[in-house]
Amino acid sequence: MNEYASAAVPVRRRALRVGGGLVRAPGLTLSGLLLALVLAWALVPGRFTSQDPLLGVTADRLRPPSGRHPFGTDYLGRDLYSRVVHGAAPSLKATAVAVAVALVAGAVIGTIAGYLGGWIDTALMRVMDVLLAIPGLLLALALVSAIGFGVIHVAIAVAIVSVAGFARVMRAEVLVVRNAMFIDAARGGGARRGRILLTHVVPNAVGPLLALAALDIGSVLLTVSALSFLGFGAAPPAAEWGQLIASGQTYLYAAWWLTTFPGLTIALVVLATNRVARALEATAGPSW
Amino acid sequence: MVNQMLLRVAGLDVTYTDRRATVAAVRGAELSITRGEVVALVGESGSGKSSLAHAILRLLPASGRVTAGAIHFDGEDLLAASPKRLRQLRGARIALIPQDAAAFLNPTKRVGAQVAEVRRIHRRSDRRASAREAITLLATAGLPEPQVRARQYPHELSGGMRQRVLIAIALAGEPDLIVADEPTSALDVTVQREVLDHLGQLVATLGVSMLLITHDLAVAADRADRVLVMRDGAVVESGSTTSVLLQPQHLYTRSLVAAAPRLSGPRVLVDHRVRAATRLDDRGDLGPPVLTLRNVTRIYTRPLGGRRRQEFRAVDDVTITVNRAESVGLVGESGSGKSTLARIAAALDAPTTGTAAIDGIDATRRPERELRQMRRRVQLIHQSPFASLDPRFTVARSITEPLRAFGIGDRDSRRATARQLLDHVGLPAAALRHRPTELSGGQRQRVAIARALALEPALLICDEPVSALDVSTQSQILELLARLQADLGISYLFISHDLAVVRQICDRIAVMRDGHIIEDTDIDTLFTAPNHPYTRQLLNAIPGARLR
Amino acid sequence: MTVLDAGPLARRLAQALFVLWGAFTGAFIALYLLPSDPVTLMLAQRADGPSAVIDPRQAAAIRVEYGFDQPVWRQYLTLLGRAVHGDFGTSVQTRESVSHLVTGALPQTVGLAGAALLIAVPLGVALPVLSACSRHRAVSRLVDSLPAVGVSIPSFWLGILLLQLLSFHWVVFPATGNTGIRSIVLPALTLSLPTAAVIAQVLGRSLRSSLGSAYVELAKAKGASRSWIVFRHALRNASLPAVTVAGLVGGNLLGGAVVIETVFARNGLGQITVNAVTNEDLPVLLGLVVLAAAIFVVTSLVIESVYPLLDPRIRRS
Repeated sequence: MNEYASAAVPVRRRALRVGGGLVRAPGLTLSGLLLALVLAWALVPGRFTSQDPLLGVTADRLRPPSGRHPFGTDYLGRDLYSRVVHGAAPSLKATAVAVAVALVAGAVIGTIAGYLGGWIDTALMRVMDVLLAIPGLLLALALVSAIGFGVIHVAIAVAIVSVAGFARVMRAEVLVVRNAMFIDAARGGGARRGRILLTHVVPNAVGPLLALAALDIGSVLLTVSALSFLGFGAAPPAAEWGQLIASGQTYLYAAWWLTTFPGLTIALVVLATNRVARALEATAGPSW
Repeated sequence: MVNQMLLRVAGLDVTYTDRRATVAAVRGAELSITRGEVVALVGESGSGKSSLAHAILRLLPASGRVTAGAIHFDGEDLLAASPKRLRQLRGARIALIPQDAAAFLNPTKRVGAQVAEVRRIHRRSDRRASAREAITLLATAGLPEPQVRARQYPHELSGGMRQRVLIAIALAGEPDLIVADEPTSALDVTVQREVLDHLGQLVATLGVSMLLITHDLAVAADRADRVLVMRDGAVVESGSTTSVLLQPQHLYTRSLVAAAPRLSGPRVLVDHRVRAATRLDDRGDLGPPVLTLRNVTRIYTRPLGGRRRQEFRAVDDVTITVNRAESVGLVGESGSGKSTLARIAAALDAPTTGTAAIDGIDATRRPERELRQMRRRVQLIHQSPFASLDPRFTVARSITEPLRAFGIGDRDSRRATARQLLDHVGLPAAALRHRPTELSGGQRQRVAIARALALEPALLICDEPVSALDVSTQSQILELLARLQADLGISYLFISHDLAVVRQICDRIAVMRDGHIIEDTDIDTLFTAPNHPYTRQLLNAIPGARLR
Repeated sequence: MTVLDAGPLARRLAQALFVLWGAFTGAFIALYLLPSDPVTLMLAQRADGPSAVIDPRQAAAIRVEYGFDQPVWRQYLTLLGRAVHGDFGTSVQTRESVSHLVTGALPQTVGLAGAALLIAVPLGVALPVLSACSRHRAVSRLVDSLPAVGVSIPSFWLGILLLQLLSFHWVVFPATGNTGIRSIVLPALTLSLPTAAVIAQVLGRSLRSSLGSAYVELAKAKGASRSWIVFRHALRNASLPAVTVAGLVGGNLLGGAVVIETVFARNGLGQITVNAVTNEDLPVLLGLVVLAAAIFVVTSLVIESVYPLLDPRIRRS
């Protein structure tokens, strides 16, 4: 069973969400399985392919997909499937770091702004406004240019780009929860400000933020891939997905598989992440 | 005789199906309405009355389905009617007046257009003519200055005016039957009375039949020719209004009639002598009042588009005291400032001017640290038991939170206290493990009361503590509050829009309007010889004259 | 009278100016305070390769020329002072004036973004409306599933895919180049599809929530048909979030154009940006960031002036 068997997912997905239950939805199940597979690629790539992603056989240059090379080979005769499998680690690492950093920083900024209010709120939110005013990709490019190229630098740049969205959502949630009646009740019961913040406000406000983080994984992966496509991610000969597409672009006319398989991989992973994220969002709605 | 019958519902079953379960909302309901008749359908939340009403309009949500029975309207089988035929009937022959005008009016359309729309959908008139007719209809519905109103948007109108717009919409198609689903429940009593009076007159003069759905037996008693009582999806009683109210056959109807708060007759209050004794402290002294508000004014300012500021006096020069073991009622309609006053009394908000003293000690202009200690003496119980408990906290955690905050006892003793408190409010110890979502509204309110009692306060401020609850649950909570007062000798500041509810439990009542207290007197005087004209208006507006 | 007592328009403008200043300052901090060394890079490139020996005196001379030797705060004030007059200095790489460089490339990119928007908005609106009006469940489901696919496809890959199919396989459109209407079709299509998908997702979501609202229920009780409800009630109420998002993605088209222009080898801001990043060309990057912020600010001012037309509750008395 290979991973593009789930190409049927997009069309059937919604139908099953409407009709079936969470567990019985095959679209969701397939998405979950696909993500598990890709995660395994990133952790133990050696288990999925025995071929060296960096060492090519010159005699086998630009071979179309076959039983021996399911995704074909590139201009140095390297096995593309192996390169896609090994490319999972840097692509997913950059995505995970970016989302995690943005989530934590956004949560902290949003909480401070929403709970303290006043001029602190105003100042923090104006900074976020500025971040939102610059197109994400352009801002990420400028930041990469300032802090340098490479997987982790790309991740940090994308994280800074995403912080504003998280901070805004967290602030809005904190404002809603802060005015909830049970906060009044806790104050009346003598609970201190700090305690109210930690036991009531943050736990009740963080749900939508986690849902947003899940939904953001897909678009972060797209941005990370775009940056590596432009050549600012992992340095060759490493095999990040976006960079695989970039290097395949030169042989567009002669070898369609070089761009098709990495691109399809990114698209399916993003699709699957969004599917799972929406399922999480549906279950993690505000409970009060 | 045959053409006199307008609507006949027979053996109707409505079920809702979702992923997890199938719920029978209506079971074997029987209902008939003749021309020109007003029939009231009474039931508590979840009784299936709204499902029945929506089934008649064939407007059940996607998860709902009529699984058995028949609905005949003017001889026509509605369950067999095509979607197109149903669209011809809806609005033109069967009209709906929904409950909450704020939600049921489109916020981005002028109200005149929303009335005229009905005439255009049914091709009764063109754009111009329908606009003219809309103005006439708004006038008929009792809206002053209809030309001006027609060009306004829903958010520019008051609640009462919006409800009249809904009435105009219902009348626009000249229907034979109006289904009115809790048409005035969102309104203040005085407005409710005006709107219902007007609607009653219209229905009578136009000869329209009406199905009036309400949770309020008193409203049904005042307005209907016949009353049907629903419970758990079944019609348990039906008959003429007089016979249902005076000789209720079913046990449930009897309890409903008995539970309806009245303006005369017995109250849930306990013996006066017991209460007089609890009013004194250990040394036999009356002591300082637990709460003294003196000349309290609270002004809110809000920026008006950056240029000007608007000042709003929510509470204006209010003076009120609550003595030990005394129950003071505070009555007023929405926007009268009573909730602001409650927060000030609980030391959760500070007055702009004036003083608020707890146990004779001024609580205004004190640092948060001292306020925290003072708040132990005064606890607030909110209107909505759904919002006043943290959904993530178990009952045990909610109740012990104040104890932890003040470092009272250890883990085990706090848990023991929580069990004891639950026992006090009539909940089993097993409830400790539950989260609020697993409890009913009444049970949640009991938990909120238990939490408020945890710090052994001298005064409980109850802000509309029973308004969100069904009638039968209401009376249980009121009885609980009365018993707690007898047992613990606490005082109540009991805030409500409902005079009949306040009467059940209070010794003294203060009437509030536009931030002022316009009358503050003992309960007998208030009901027999009210001083202020507004108080009289309030008393007259209370539905249920036929119940008394 | 306080400072806040200005009129609403003046306040909006002040906010807009603040955002521009913030973008400038933020970009300055990121670019000029972090360790990047465009001069060495430039000299290395001129000397053909990083291994070349760099003459320290030559480097120092260039640093003086660009003011890199000055204290940071003075550099900042000088640059800000010039920027206010529209002067963003000269490119370290090409020695061309930044404003020249950027305004020269702007029409290409704006044309591309505009063409993309012309496709994206009708498509993004049509899909959810079609789904809402359709009486067939299967049609709605199929139409509803398209946007999710649209937002998942990397735009640069989509461009490559379209190239393979429409330029190589069936030779319909030219693969690269800047000339003629035909050359803009593929890049505009590539740029528009993800944008349309985002608009369709947001509009679809708000349309569904509008259709579930109480006033739609009352409209049904009035006897209104499905299309009457969609067009006369739900669409207008649902459009507010969609307009907001359309404005945001409209601003982001500039970022998307960077990638698409690279794929299709078009001259434009994208090419300039990529070059500037590769060569750490600080003045150019600073100018680009401020330009992007300016476009965003203007877009949001336009969007905000549309709100009151859509929602009377926002109208001022």
